[in-house]
Amino acid sequence: MPVNMIVCCKQVIDPEAPPASFKINSATNQVISPPGVPPVISPFDEQAVEAALRVKDKLGGKITILSLGNNMLRDVIKKPLSMGADELILLEDEAFEGGDSWSTAYALSMAVKKIGQFDIIFCGRQAADWDNGQVGSGIAEILGIPSVTVAKKVEVTDSKATVERIITDGYQIIEVTLPALITVSNELGEARYATLKGIMAAAKKQPTIWKPADIGVEPSKIGTAGRRAKLVKLFQPVKEGKCEVVGADSPAEAGVKLAQRLREAKVI
Amino acid sequence: MAEPKDVLVYGETIDGKLASITTELLGCARRLADELKEGVSCILLGSKLGEAPQSAIAYGADKVYIAEDQLLAEYQNDSYVAVMEKAIKEISPRVVLLGQTAAGRDLAPRLAFRLGVIAGMDALDLNIDPSTKLLQQTRSVYGGNARATFVSEAYPQITTVRQKAMTPLAPDASRKGEIVPFKAELDVAKIRTKIIQTVKEEVAGIKLEDAQIIVSGGRGIGGPDGFKQLEELAKALKAAVGSSRPPCDNGWVPDTMQVGLTGKIVSPELYFAVGISGSSQHLAGCSGSKTIVAINKDPEANIFKEARFGVVGDWKQVIPALTQKVKELLAS
Ligand SMILES: Cc1cc2nc3c(=O)[nH]c(=O)nc-3n(C[C@H](O)[C@H](O)[C@H](O)COP(=O)(O)OP(=O)(O)OC[C@H]3O[C@@H](n4cnc5c(N)ncnc54)[C@H](O)[C@@H]3O)c2cc1C
Ligand SMILES: Nc1ncnc2c1ncn2[C@@H]1O[C@H](COP(=O)(O)O)[C@@H](O)[C@H]1O
Repeated sequence: MPVNMIVCCKQVIDPEAPPASFKINSATNQVISPPGVPPVISPFDEQAVEAALRVKDKLGGKITILSLGNNMLRDVIKKPLSMGADELILLEDEAFEGGDSWSTAYALSMAVKKIGQFDIIFCGRQAADWDNGQVGSGIAEILGIPSVTVAKKVEVTDSKATVERIITDGYQIIEVTLPALITVSNELGEARYATLKGIMAAAKKQPTIWKPADIGVEPSKIGTAGRRAKLVKLFQPVKEGKCEVVGADSPAEAGVKLAQRLREAKVI
Repeated sequence: MAEPKDVLVYGETIDGKLASITTELLGCARRLADELKEGVSCILLGSKLGEAPQSAIAYGADKVYIAEDQLLAEYQNDSYVAVMEKAIKEISPRVVLLGQTAAGRDLAPRLAFRLGVIAGMDALDLNIDPSTKLLQQTRSVYGGNARATFVSEAYPQITTVRQKAMTPLAPDASRKGEIVPFKAELDVAKIRTKIIQTVKEEVAGIKLEDAQIIVSGGRGIGGPDGFKQLEELAKALKAAVGSSRPPCDNGWVPDTMQVGLTGKIVSPELYFAVGISGSSQHLAGCSGSKTIVAINKDPEANIFKEARFGVVGDWKQVIPALTQKVKELLAS
């Protein structure tokens, strides 16, 4: 049975950029993109693409990538196509900017309704900017379909998916009826690299762009206007930074001195 | 719905006992409720709640709703969201607190969307704005690089709270409270998931969450053999062994050993970070530790900004000497 899949991918500031490069503008409560560090697709979303590709490898089917934002970099957002996804739909407009989980989940759900047919929607467990982990469950709730979050393995048989969902001390094997929404965690394993053939095929594909009117949403319900969580303040916690570096002639000696120092400080 | 009032804690139990996150939530709920001059209630869902309801009262609840039903034996969002939706419509709480646990992080957003509100996730700090009486939720964002404070104006105000971010009250067995049975009235046809199997991957020895001392290794450890050496140090210190994400991703150690934003949140007395660079996402899981010790060959590594003590050097030389000396010191 070929499986029809949608993967929601968000473009974010590279979360692995060095912490020292992270800056905010406290006057506007906004994050300043670190200069010279290109954005990426949120890592869990790449793994969501990988989960979909693994299903497609086995059973065939179609993968549509859905992304919401504004001024998305084509090189970045096309990456899932070069990994093997089939189609890219961008909800790209100023009005989509500055949303919270509510307005984002709403707009993405409306786009899914316009796409129509699907068996599985994949999301990342959380977007690596605001770390919310809410949009996936929100889409499932709006569309009225079941959801399984924080998956590390997904297999599809007939009209069901078998999902390994991570819990505190292990995982659960859960069967869910389709259509369903599944969010993916890094324990799924690394996402595949783009192949040269994939990159060439992706270069030829043009994304489909949908504006708010195309998915039938009112501007007052999306982006900043549709927010239900008001951001009061964004700030960086101050670090005291008072590390006592234990020096010695050799690393081994430093190890001995460290033990003594910890003993003196009564921490061991 | 009636006028929203009181702070409701979504409680979790483990083998008929209140989970530690629930005692933390009750402590926080008590503080918020006292500020609001309102009450604290707790709701427990499960098949065998044991002593947990009584214990919730001892930890600060005025009223405990219990939904005991075979269908609630294990967490599944279809069943739990349905019961919580019904409960919230009947109880009409002002604030709902859940833990940022495997269940809580799944339940809170779905429940919130069903009720037409937005949930706050993973709060580190909660306050009542004295002028509006609205809940202010402060959380870590951008992998721990920044903090943000949010307010939502709709009721109920739902938020999950990070484990170990709040302090429980000392339990008081003489506290009085009311236990109220709550009818789940579940419709089995609406449960679209089925748990086939639960697989435990617990590592032997001291649990990370409970450990007073943790020795964690990172990518710099280089492979599973290196972790054997960390285990030896851990053994000498009666410590648990943890890890940053790469050793888990690489299969050197089990996934359950991961400390960090998407792993375990720990707050031991002493935390050794060995061959760990100190990414914000890793620190999100261990910055609550009382003393952090960093061992890293790169003097510029970010971990030294968080650490209290540090050694700049190759762990392969530092750790055996440190382990030896620790054994000596602890023997004497
Ligand atoms: C959304 C998101 C969530 C994440 N969640 C988590 C999480 O929960 N937990 C987590 O840990 N990470 C998490 N990460 C990953 C995180 O960003 C970092 O990639 C990761 O923490 C780096 O691990 P590390 O410090 O072990 O590796 P590196 O950053 O590669 O650091 C290795 C360090 O070892 C040192 N080293 C190398 N050899 C030696 C030696 N012989 N002796 C001494 N020192 C040596 C190096 O100097 C270096 O500092 C997450 C990332 C994202 C985007
Ligand atoms: N702007 C967006 N475009 C596409 N997908 C998104 C967007 N925002 C969130 N998502 C999806 O929802 C998941 C969870 O996001 P969040 O709730 O913001 O942490 C992400 O991993 C994505 O799969």
